[in-house]
Amino acid sequence: MTTGVVNSRRISQRTALTFLGLATAITVVPVLFIIIYTIINGGAAISWDFLTQFPSQAGRAGGILPAIIGTFYLMLGTLVFALPLGVMAGIYLTEYARDNWLTRLINLAIVNLAGVPSIVFGLFGLSVFVLAFNFGLSLLAASLTLACQALAMVITSSREAILAVPREYREGSLAIGVTKWQTVRYIVLPQALPGIITGAVLAISRAAGETAPILVVGAAFLLPKLPQSPFDQFMALSYHLYTVSAHVPNMPKETVWGVALVLLVVVLSFDMLAAAIRIKTRRRKQS
Amino acid sequence: MAMLQRQITAAVKVSETRLRQRLRLGERVIEGWIFLAGLLAIVVLLGIIFILFKEGLPIFAYTSPWEFLFGTEWCPVSDPPTFGIAPFFVSTLMITLIATVIAVPVGVACAAYLSEVAPKRVAEAIKPIVEILAGIPSVMMGFIGLALLSPLVQSAFKLNTGLCGLTAAIMLALMSLPIIVSVSEDALHAVPREFKEASYALGATKWETIWHVCIPSALSGIAAAILLGVGRAIGETMTVLMVAGGALAVPVSPTDPMTTMTAAIASGIGNAVRGGLQYQALFAVGLILFALTLTVNISAERVLERQKRKFTR
Repeated sequence: MTTGVVNSRRISQRTALTFLGLATAITVVPVLFIIIYTIINGGAAISWDFLTQFPSQAGRAGGILPAIIGTFYLMLGTLVFALPLGVMAGIYLTEYARDNWLTRLINLAIVNLAGVPSIVFGLFGLSVFVLAFNFGLSLLAASLTLACQALAMVITSSREAILAVPREYREGSLAIGVTKWQTVRYIVLPQALPGIITGAVLAISRAAGETAPILVVGAAFLLPKLPQSPFDQFMALSYHLYTVSAHVPNMPKETVWGVALVLLVVVLSFDMLAAAIRIKTRRRKQS
Repeated sequence: MAMLQRQITAAVKVSETRLRQRLRLGERVIEGWIFLAGLLAIVVLLGIIFILFKEGLPIFAYTSPWEFLFGTEWCPVSDPPTFGIAPFFVSTLMITLIATVIAVPVGVACAAYLSEVAPKRVAEAIKPIVEILAGIPSVMMGFIGLALLSPLVQSAFKLNTGLCGLTAAIMLALMSLPIIVSVSEDALHAVPREFKEASYALGATKWETIWHVCIPSALSGIAAAILLGVGRAIGETMTVLMVAGGALAVPVSPTDPMTTMTAAIASGIGNAVRGGLQYQALFAVGLILFALTLTVNISAERVLERQKRKFTR
């Protein structure tokens, strides 16, 4: 009787733990599969010409240079707008803000901003930057839209990084008569820099992968030349992948996987860069 | 001589105060900018709300809110055009529900495995992979759904097309896993060790401890994880745009092709005349979408806060 109970408990334990392991496999295996499958299938399309030529025959032949350049412009634009403002907001929240209703409201806004669907940012960008500010369907409007979306992430990571700077640093600086802003500028910010950079790199990697907002505010499928000014339309890897996979008939399979691979490499390499910075600073702090 | 010295000291003092005043003025300006930047998050969020209302509300002069929400026909170019968003609403609900039903057990089980069962080294190897999943762009997931999953779904259910709600739901389930896993895992980690030790001391097995002690103690954190996953699924655009099929009828079965609210906006806004009826209607869809995700996210935040307070004494 007792042994029967013990046995059934042991069996249910084994079954349950197997299920937990299986669930983990269900999560992990598709990721590895997607990456390996994309490398194998996309690798065949990658060549010097593919990366440095303009597309021809509606993307069926030629390369994807303008899409790669467009994506980098977008990342740069997002960084230029989101980083300084996000870091300043982070400074305000950690160094200046008192614990009052306004600060709570700001924090609430940040959390909720992070959860706004990307297509809604697209609508916002269309109405504000494209139409009201009259920037038109352009690189500038798209960068501003993506920057709004990246803002929550940059603020949160700057805030965490600045909070992690020990109080003694600030007190030591203030004690020798340095003003508050100088303390922030010359003592706190340099210490928090790695954390801030990690957040910014993650944010622009996210921006590189975004498709829904730029679809609304100015991405074009095929353009004869690279954007010459911020007011020009642009191509982007993410939007290019969307169009060639969903809208161009008789697309060579290999080319689509090639576009997917390039996008994946751009996004994941920036993610890895962020991870590397994080690991390196953590090590330095421990030693 | 003494007088000269006094004069020099006075002059130095004056210029020092001036310098300090100028510095202080400069700092005031910088601090003013910092304050404004601090307000930016509120400005953007209120800006979004304002724009959605401003551009979306005028549609209700053309069609009543009732017809808009429950109308089953979306024909923006017919004469006269009709704007019923029930097909989109039902599609979003159906896809989100299926995605959640798939993702929750898998995600929570994965979190339990990582935090309670796996050896530390295995867990440390698996976590970055889950993070990579969170970093894969949604258009890439849409493409994977299009190229790899939809043929499987088509042959498994003998459908005319594999581009349907179910395919989209499976991809969304995969995409909401990272947030469910990481938030649930944090919640499980926060369960005090004494709870588990007490359970083991009573002779409970590892599984009995996970099931009867860890998961119930972490329940509010897990609930928050689920809500965050739901919020992610409701707002996801590219994947559903590419694989859900794009049909405009109210879906009856998960294997029907369908269009979610997000996909309706993404596919329609490019053709909509600015300021026209369709444009207004799509902003109104955006407004409903925004209200939905905001509610879900605020609830998640609330629940998470409660979880945090639970074990801090």
